[in-house]
Amino acid sequence: MSNLIDDDPRIIEFDVRTDEMLVNMGPQHPSTHGVLRLVLRTDGEIVSETEPHIGYLHRCAEKIGENVTPRQWIPYTDRLDYLAAMNMNLGWALTVEKLMRHGVGEKARHLRVLIAELNRIASHLVGMGAYGLDLGTFSPFLYAFREREKILDLFEEACGARLTYSYLTVGGATADLPPGWLQKCEAFLDQFEPIIKEYHALLTTNAIFVKRTAGVGVLSREMAIDYGCSGPVLRGSGVDQDMRRDGESLYTGMYDGYTFEVAVQKDGRYPRDHTYPSVPKEAVLGDCWHRFFVRMLEVVQSMDLVRQSIDRYAACREPLGEPLKLAEKLPVGDAYLETEAPKGQMGFYIVGNGTPIPWRVRARSSSFSNLSVTHELCRGCLIADVPAIVGSLDIVMGEIDR
Amino acid sequence: MRGPGFLESIEAACPGAVVGSQLEALDPWIEIAPSRLADVCRWLKTAGEPRFDALECITAVDWFEPDAKKAAKVSWQPHLELVYHLWSTPARASLVLKVNLPRWSGDVAGHLPELPSVTGVWRTADWHEREVYDLSGVVFTGHPDLRRILCPEDWVGHPLRKDYEMPLEYHGIRAR
Repeated sequence: MSNLIDDDPRIIEFDVRTDEMLVNMGPQHPSTHGVLRLVLRTDGEIVSETEPHIGYLHRCAEKIGENVTPRQWIPYTDRLDYLAAMNMNLGWALTVEKLMRHGVGEKARHLRVLIAELNRIASHLVGMGAYGLDLGTFSPFLYAFREREKILDLFEEACGARLTYSYLTVGGATADLPPGWLQKCEAFLDQFEPIIKEYHALLTTNAIFVKRTAGVGVLSREMAIDYGCSGPVLRGSGVDQDMRRDGESLYTGMYDGYTFEVAVQKDGRYPRDHTYPSVPKEAVLGDCWHRFFVRMLEVVQSMDLVRQSIDRYAACREPLGEPLKLAEKLPVGDAYLETEAPKGQMGFYIVGNGTPIPWRVRARSSSFSNLSVTHELCRGCLIADVPAIVGSLDIVMGEIDR
Repeated sequence: MRGPGFLESIEAACPGAVVGSQLEALDPWIEIAPSRLADVCRWLKTAGEPRFDALECITAVDWFEPDAKKAAKVSWQPHLELVYHLWSTPARASLVLKVNLPRWSGDVAGHLPELPSVTGVWRTADWHEREVYDLSGVVFTGHPDLRRILCPEDWVGHPLRKDYEMPLEYHGIRAR
């Protein structure tokens, strides 16, 4: 045991206490994923306190929502989580549909699954690539962006935009997919599938990567729930929850007939229907490595769902149908709906008062709650571990500051 | 699970706390007396069945119509409504709590209304309450660190209030 203590830099550091220093990380720090400012109270290399300062990207999205109709607010949802704009569009569209008690056709349902899951792959690719950057390796970022580019090309062909799509909308989608799109999507999946192995070789099983992430920033199950964490952060802590399976019937109904296994460690093992690398023995459930690994599993899971949805969408012979009118009157009442966005549970709340313009619009973002746990995770860690911990939460400032 | 039996169990644990409910709404909700909010939340998290162990969202809705013509037609009195969306991880169920507050404490404009904080129940309430304070102007008593979160520290007013007016300028920057 004495050996173990000698090797632990934290214990040595605490022996020689130095003067406390306040270190500002951000708001223009490359590894803070946007304009996040962290104020660290440090004692030598040890961080004793972390205080995130947010709001640099606040654009009054909710106030704007009280002045435009729900369909006009769709472009603003793009700018919440701009790495997964399709999922944001979908969450808002479903919430408004819930309030209006409006259902969409089969074809629109399968199209939504197809588009949302494809965007989940793109979002996780950025999360993975940027996480590599945080830890000081550049090449995984390029490999990830090479593949993400192909997804963006597919989206560009479907809706004309590469980042802020406004494609899925209240009552369906703005347009149907162009002819030949499904074949291109299938070609992408066939080409992408073997590449996942490269990612695992570059990061997941990389010895340096494992050393930097395994056992770092351990988030317990109880703390994750208490802080309202969701998505891969929650599942990385071993909580078996996925809104696509556990959410409201309006949302889970979209995935009716689809088969997928929630990416979470159960009884010490992950679902084994694919060939994944095994969990390194240094990794502890709830650490940065597990959060990263859950994201990687979800890439495979989403690919599977995209394949399933392509077949179902292609089998639908009826037309897609028109979305709702731009200024449809909203009923009196309120509705809240949470969907499983790539970063976690994205909740939208709408209050209608009989006019086409909502009385109140609220966006509950997953990154907001996920980030609020930082000060717990960073207590007592090394300064170099701070980017590793913040990066593993995979936050997007757009949806935190709204 | 959110049937009448559930309502009675809250009533039995915290007498006088439930002041209204709407179980037929799209998202069934229970209205709680402001002073009893923290007690009810603590009971819901630790003793109720199912246990609501996660707080998803706190929203403040400002029911106030600045336009006098339209205000004469509305069916409600001006007030602030706080909406708490809870989630139960074991039961995979949601619950909505509502609390009604006056827009201003003692009806004196500028005096923010007060509500007990639930940071002691769910730690995620810390940031959510700071956001509600910042944007809608509700003071949460017992909050460990109640200050603005999204707006700058020296910002004046609470932007999500319906009678909020954008300042003409902020530190020399034209705002409107």
